[in-house]
Amino acid sequence: MKHVSTLAGRELSVYFLSPIAYVVLTIFLAVSGVLFITQVFSPGAESSLRGLSNEVWPIILVFMLPMITMRLLSDEFRSGTIETLMTAPVTDADVVLGKFLGAMVFYLVILATTFVYPVLLMIWGSVDWGMAFSTYLGLILLGGFFISVGLFFSAWTSNQVIAVVCSFMLLAVLMFLARYLGGFLSGLPRMLVQHVDVRYHYQDFARGAVVLNHVVYFVTVTALFLFLTVKTLESRRWR
Amino acid sequence: MIRVRNLVKRFGLVTAVDGISFDVEKGQVVGFLGPNGAGKTTTIRILTGYHPATEGSASVAGFDVLTQSLEVRRRIGYLPESAPLYPEMRVREYLRFRSKLHGMPSAEAAKAIDGVVGRCWLSEFVNRPIGQLSKGMRQRVGLADAILHDPDVLILDEPTVGLDPTQIRESLSLIRELSERHTVLFSSHILPQVEQICDEVIIINRGRIVAYGAPKRLGEEKAAGSRLIAEIRGPGAEIERAVGALAGVESVERQTHDGWERLTIRARGRDDVREGIYKLASQKGWGLREIRRELDSLEDYYLKITSGAMDEGRFSGARA
Repeated sequence: MKHVSTLAGRELSVYFLSPIAYVVLTIFLAVSGVLFITQVFSPGAESSLRGLSNEVWPIILVFMLPMITMRLLSDEFRSGTIETLMTAPVTDADVVLGKFLGAMVFYLVILATTFVYPVLLMIWGSVDWGMAFSTYLGLILLGGFFISVGLFFSAWTSNQVIAVVCSFMLLAVLMFLARYLGGFLSGLPRMLVQHVDVRYHYQDFARGAVVLNHVVYFVTVTALFLFLTVKTLESRRWR
Repeated sequence: MIRVRNLVKRFGLVTAVDGISFDVEKGQVVGFLGPNGAGKTTTIRILTGYHPATEGSASVAGFDVLTQSLEVRRRIGYLPESAPLYPEMRVREYLRFRSKLHGMPSAEAAKAIDGVVGRCWLSEFVNRPIGQLSKGMRQRVGLADAILHDPDVLILDEPTVGLDPTQIRESLSLIRELSERHTVLFSSHILPQVEQICDEVIIINRGRIVAYGAPKRLGEEKAAGSRLIAEIRGPGAEIERAVGALAGVESVERQTHDGWERLTIRARGRDDVREGIYKLASQKGWGLREIRRELDSLEDYYLKITSGAMDEGRFSGARA
């Protein structure tokens, strides 16, 4: 298990050495900054982050996180370094968890930069810190899930473009299509589709409610995709 | 140290390794030789736990490569073909990362890194990003990584590919030097390199071992036969007939050179007929000015294999 922190540390340092991370970070900050100034930070507007956290951030994350995760395993396959990595005395689970944590910490760094928004709101108005807490908790859980999906597709291909497109497609289905389909259904099918809908699970956090159901949902789906990633990595040995 | 029994690896319908068995004893340097696509890398990947075998078993330092993979991986230093490395890391940073993966305490790791950096002539480059290094230099970084944790067994896949002649010589002498502390298995497709530094050679072709043993003895064994050149003065046709009738002689060719009959004699098997020829000549009173034996070299044999001219069956005999 101590290998996990070694591997995560390497991943994190690679993020700060590669241009992609800075590009992603810049776009994220620019979009949320503009929306914050125009929608939230204006006289008469509601003094909360809901305007950003309810819709904008989850949508940005659908595009942003696959770009962060695409290289995690794909790049190891492409460059052949997977061979030195997998013949070192580390388990497949160590590798997957290390990569996941590396990306997760990088995501937390990005998220930390948005912390200026509640601070600004506190200076010029008032902030419901309970709601801010639940929003950030929701974003962390949502991001963790998206990262595990991205990591999973990264384990399937040595081509980063394929990895990013596949993860984007799955996330788009979970984010947009599920809600759209739910509108046509009723009864049990509607309930099932609703449970696939990520935003259904996320929106309570943005409203300031930490519901255990939703926490459990995010933790289990994240664990599921991490497990599938480990199995994918294992199966590559046999091919 | 390494024990391989009836190893088979199939990728779909393609059989890459087809029933290989061999042993490497502690302290030996063993060369794994074969043309491209013979199954060298596949065998090595099975030994290092990167691929599981389809059939058969292999163990390193007494641990099974499939069921005790982590134990095996702790005891081997592996340099994969083309030495894959992280280009964005600096040499020292990379070696420190690898030392952590091997669970070395940082003080010990720092000492080990200084040691291997010196041995692999990397001292000047420790703070350079790996991506900026030349091919030969990267190969050395890979080698430094392989010996970093002082493994029992070193497995090097084509360690000399892409190096210039000086670097090849340096690498070979380094491998020879390393064999004082480690058991070494390395693959190559260049015979002289292997003959130069190996205690034993394993030649494989199409997934099968075709020759296995000490290079010198293998050379004698595998050489397809021997040739005698004899120059005799006398009646040409009679000489040819008489020599051809000697026991052990298979064929005789005759050419006439300024009054001397130059005979090229193929002996049956490994029979030496030099004495018979001398006796014959002295008995008949013919002049004899030269008699010399030429052995086919291992190189000739290896060339035959690599050019695909020979499709030898499964190697079944004991080691040469």
